[in-house]
Amino acid sequence: MTRALDHLVIAPIVLPLVAAALMLLLDERRRSVRTALSLASTFGLLAIAIALMAMADASAPGAGVSRTYPLGNWPAPFGIVLVLDRLSAMMVALTAVLGCAALTFSLARWDRAGPYFHALFQLLLMGLNGAFLTGDLFNLFVFFELLLAASYGLLLHGTGLARVRAGLQYIAVNLAASSLFLIGVSLIYGVTGTLNMADLAQRIAAVPGDNRMLLEAGAAILGIAFLVKAGMWPLGFWLPTAYAAAAPPVASVFAIMTKVGVYVVLRLSLLLFGDEAGASAHFGGTWILFGGLMTMIYGLVGILAAQDMPRMTGYAVLVSSGTVLAAIGIGGVSVTGGMLYYLASSTLALAAFFLLIELVERGRAAGADMLAVTMEAFGDGTEDESEHEEEVGVATPATLTILGLSFFACALLIAGLPPLSGFIGKFVLLTAMLNPAGLVQTATAAAPGAAVPMPSAEVWAFLAVIIVSGLATIIAMTRAGIRTFWAPIERSVPRVLAVELAPVAVLLMLCVAMTIEAAPVMRYMQATAQSLYTTSDDNSARGILPPLEKATEARP
Amino acid sequence: MEIILAIGIGVLTGSGVWLLLRPRTFQVIIGLSLISYAVNLFIFGMGRLRTGAPPILHEGVVDATARYVDPVPQALVLTAIVIGFAMTALFLVVLLASRGLTGTDHVDGREQGQ
Repeated sequence: MTRALDHLVIAPIVLPLVAAALMLLLDERRRSVRTALSLASTFGLLAIAIALMAMADASAPGAGVSRTYPLGNWPAPFGIVLVLDRLSAMMVALTAVLGCAALTFSLARWDRAGPYFHALFQLLLMGLNGAFLTGDLFNLFVFFELLLAASYGLLLHGTGLARVRAGLQYIAVNLAASSLFLIGVSLIYGVTGTLNMADLAQRIAAVPGDNRMLLEAGAAILGIAFLVKAGMWPLGFWLPTAYAAAAPPVASVFAIMTKVGVYVVLRLSLLLFGDEAGASAHFGGTWILFGGLMTMIYGLVGILAAQDMPRMTGYAVLVSSGTVLAAIGIGGVSVTGGMLYYLASSTLALAAFFLLIELVERGRAAGADMLAVTMEAFGDGTEDESEHEEEVGVATPATLTILGLSFFACALLIAGLPPLSGFIGKFVLLTAMLNPAGLVQTATAAAPGAAVPMPSAEVWAFLAVIIVSGLATIIAMTRAGIRTFWAPIERSVPRVLAVELAPVAVLLMLCVAMTIEAAPVMRYMQATAQSLYTTSDDNSARGILPPLEKATEARP
Repeated sequence: MEIILAIGIGVLTGSGVWLLLRPRTFQVIIGLSLISYAVNLFIFGMGRLRTGAPPILHEGVVDATARYVDPVPQALVLTAIVIGFAMTALFLVVLLASRGLTGTDHVDGREQGQ
């Protein structure tokens, strides 16, 4: 039983890979088999993710790492390890939830808008899970490329002019960023001679002075590669266009893609440049803070200026990722805890909103005829589907009511107004910044209360921007809501299938559950933050590396 | 040898960045390829340059670090080449699709001034 549990760590990578490989073998006609396979894999992933989260949560509150998995059973600094801790378990679970919702939504019709949707979708999930679980820098690059390759395919899913145009720029930007990633990784390897993250964390303090500059340059270049993915201000101009052009279920999964960048920044900045990194401690923190603030400002201007809802949501993604980045820049256990709660809540809300937009806009002409064009371009086999679909959708005012309510909930969540979880996330963030020691009573030993500045200028700036961005979001959302639900006199009620409403409802219900069960969720987040701050200690590194002496001896 | 490699990487990167900023999609793809060559050489250089040294250890050889070259960067370069190759192929397909759909090879999908 314990052996099986050991292998559970790699299951989130292997399961989608096997599913995708099987799907490629199947004929394009055998749609039902593919769909079944895809559903089984994604929901299986959800079950695995929940089990992993329980496993991670069962570990001691101070311990950084709960489980490691040496690939091919090679010992740690030489082989590649997968590392499970609370943060990676949480991110894998978030991915699985979004995956289930988007996949269910796509079954209504989007999966038929182009070939290989299910296989690409599974590969994207695999790349995401791998990026969250890996404990090795170069392996991280490989998983990044995997998820990016799948995302290129998914972004173009359904084709059409807007998608190809956005996809071209998206691919060019990401290829350039991947080059930066490689330069950063190889610089770090050149200086320290290791790619294992835990090993790196131990060696960084010992890097001699003249090499330190090279190391920091490497880390900064690496950081830029991730910040491109996270959409930080001068690097994120590609994001709203690409997200607005993507098919709704794809955009909904993409909501977590910016969080991959944010996740890696959080992980590496705390692991490599934590308190024990010697002269390099807290390297880049100020840049991330101000970059995050600028991202939020850019995002909120964009939200106000955006003409259509998909673009507006693209900018809301930027605001969300800017908030998280700025919180990383400020640092401290309780701020990080609040930030993680906000991250989970805003990712769910944005994913739900991307799905919802398509349903709401279906009553209007623009979205509908674009879909018709892509269906036509893709050719035969789709005509009967569209007929079929028109029979099933039920045109009742009740649909509009549900859509309206969901829209309202999304607006509250994204803007961060009470009573839903968006508010709690922002509230905890703000409280933690103003009073770093207030929320975590138990964390007297580990909370670097002294490291967090008492309300300084940056904190006030962040506070102001958070509140203004909430205001901007609510203005834009209200405007969009009025335009969609109240203004049209002759409005055809969108035909919506239950299978399309259900994922939106489930995502929103999860946010509601996060609100009601805020205490246990927040406890998990705070424990996560706590473990991130102790990760730079030897104790967790030892969980990843074999007993230290042995590792150093074996190294030539 | 170091100076030749450094100049080579510099020239490749410089040309690559210049091409990347050009308005035609074909120039962009060539620029990206040049940059990826430069990056591969750079990774290789990070393992320290040495001629005539094998990357695979044999038993019974003393003073291993002086006689062998670090195998890790070579493995990394190999991986990076494979991934870069795949990505270039994929980008090429998108480039052709864009050319077909928009009728122009401008990166914005339309000629300037239109």
